[in-house]
Amino acid sequence: MSHGTRRADRTFAVDGLARVEGEGSFRAVVRDGVVADVELTIFEPPRFFEALLRGRDRLEPPDITARICGICPVAYQMSACRAIEDAYGLRVGAEIAALRRLLYCGEWIQSHALHVALLHAPDFLGCADAVELAQLDRPAVERGLRLKRIGNMVMETVGGRSVHPVNVRVGGFYKAPSPEQIAALAEPLREARDLALATVEWTAGFDFPDVEADYLFVALHDPERYAIDSGRICSTAGLDTDAAGFLAAIVEEHVERSTALQSRLFGRDDYLTGPLARYALNREQLGAPARGAADAAGLGASCRNPFRSIVVRSVELVEACDQALRIVESYGAPHPPAVDVPVAAGTGTGATEAPRGLLLHRYEIGADGLITSAQIVPPTAQNQLSIEADLRRVVELGLDLPDDDLTWRCEQAVRNHDPCISCAAHFLDVEVVRR
Amino acid sequence: MTGPEPVPGDARPSLAVWKFASCDGCQLTLLDCEEELLALAGAVRIAHFTEMSRASIAGPYDVSLVEGSITTEEDARRIREVRESSRTLVTIGACATAGGIQGLRNFAASGEYARAVYAHPEYLASLDTSTPVEQHVHVDLALHGCPIDRGQLLEVVTALLAGRRPVLPGHSVCEQCKARGTVCLLVAGGTPCLGPVTRAGCGALCPAVDRGCFGCFGPADTANTEALARRLISDGLATDALVRLFRTFNAGAPAFEKEGRAHEPRHPAS
Repeated sequence: MSHGTRRADRTFAVDGLARVEGEGSFRAVVRDGVVADVELTIFEPPRFFEALLRGRDRLEPPDITARICGICPVAYQMSACRAIEDAYGLRVGAEIAALRRLLYCGEWIQSHALHVALLHAPDFLGCADAVELAQLDRPAVERGLRLKRIGNMVMETVGGRSVHPVNVRVGGFYKAPSPEQIAALAEPLREARDLALATVEWTAGFDFPDVEADYLFVALHDPERYAIDSGRICSTAGLDTDAAGFLAAIVEEHVERSTALQSRLFGRDDYLTGPLARYALNREQLGAPARGAADAAGLGASCRNPFRSIVVRSVELVEACDQALRIVESYGAPHPPAVDVPVAAGTGTGATEAPRGLLLHRYEIGADGLITSAQIVPPTAQNQLSIEADLRRVVELGLDLPDDDLTWRCEQAVRNHDPCISCAAHFLDVEVVRR
Repeated sequence: MTGPEPVPGDARPSLAVWKFASCDGCQLTLLDCEEELLALAGAVRIAHFTEMSRASIAGPYDVSLVEGSITTEEDARRIREVRESSRTLVTIGACATAGGIQGLRNFAASGEYARAVYAHPEYLASLDTSTPVEQHVHVDLALHGCPIDRGQLLEVVTALLAGRRPVLPGHSVCEQCKARGTVCLLVAGGTPCLGPVTRAGCGALCPAVDRGCFGCFGPADTANTEALARRLISDGLATDALVRLFRTFNAGAPAFEKEGRAHEPRHPAS
């Protein structure tokens, strides 16, 4: 790699993109001082989940699709459950719904803590990783690790384990945790909420590049609460639909030189899901502690600087701790822990908010209860066009930077969206070229 | 990518983490050692771990942890490279040790899966198979599980640091149920359970939540799958459900693969 700046022709490339979940790379080509080409390449080999789900029983997708992502398995389990319950018109009771949300909050806490403190923060402080950051600011890293531990604790209590929980089933849970087990989470969650508030303050003080993007935000919206696993799919352009309606409003394309099934929204190609989208659409639904933290951090009504997503993610950490705490404080064990699931034909769609964005599942089930067709639209597949647009913007604004600095900033621009490449790459593989 | 040069005189053993086709959950287990992570990072030099760090130090490495299965020509080449640069190679998780859930393609017709998902399967560089690492290179130690267990991972790393053989169970989940005092679901309730043939390591989590074991850790050392299959069928489990039970994350583990094939429906010769 060369070291001059402002040369007319330059190429930046990072072959093994670090601190993201999965394997990806990017390449930006500058010709005559103008950004000619930006490519985000995902070289994660496809695992063909949509194919291997065919012929499996309608009760199996929560366990099988959890294996798409070790960092957000609950998101896969919950979207799968919702889709299959939708196929049969099943409704779970308030206690089961609350317990699911508690498990999901645990995943948000562990995933966001991992990303904020261990994967993303080192970028803002000039460190290669969290170990180097610990030499600079050990309490900050320890705070992140403690938050992550408490998120995992919630997942272990409700789900049995944190990576690929075992207690989730279509219709509810195998066994409801006892009131004593759940009550034991209250103290750690109070501690976690305080740690999350301190995390907002910490990240809000970072230096952010001055970048604003004209995103079209898409997120679940529930008037009752900051939506995690309920509500309708809404956008900042006025879209308001259910999961099936949303799937009808996007196209998944398989283009040449790319095995990517890129999601494009009719009428406008790129849209963004994830923390920035949720915050823009659901700020009013934040609980008092998270809203207060957002205000103190100066976030305003919406945030369009992708680098500041670390602050929004920290605000969501506060919200997840707070929602979890409220569930813990009013917990009643569901009896029975699950509703019955018939053996019958049906078609259903489900959507929930994975930590990194909207995740949709759709299943067609035959009369024998076996799946005949599966469709999974993961958040990173949907965010991919927006991430590439960000990369182009960052290169254009950073042409004065030395190569090494600009390359690092591009890496950061990808990490801003906490991409779950191994999720996306089960469906979109190898190479994406923006023309 | 550039990274910090090895510090002269840094005598700490080096650790590298590699990913092939997988979900990242097993390498996440390393980051899930929240209380031990910073101490571990002091005891070993983490030389290559892209999920955690943008710095990477060139090999050779004292220990390589390998997650994921081999599903492309390029990965078949890369795993040989990893082997050559590693003193000790440890496979972590069901993808690396048995081919993972993506190994279900091994039971399908050639190209069937690619055609089901992609409009243009000819753009793909995927192999028709998903194979465990040991089918490509010599493996020094295998850590099973989908995902692996945090305690077992720490046992492996500390044992390797101390130069001793790690203590890992080869017995079945049943022993862990007995140790926990969990009532046997199979005997008491007729619930299909793979516990009698599945390697211990998870802590017998599923029976503790009234759920039959579904085999995340793969076959135990002396798994009598045939006897269990007979019992499950006599308890009323349909054979297609039995095949699915053996065919999940460890479908490619020899004992599970053999038992699944034994109960496949016989197609009339065409």
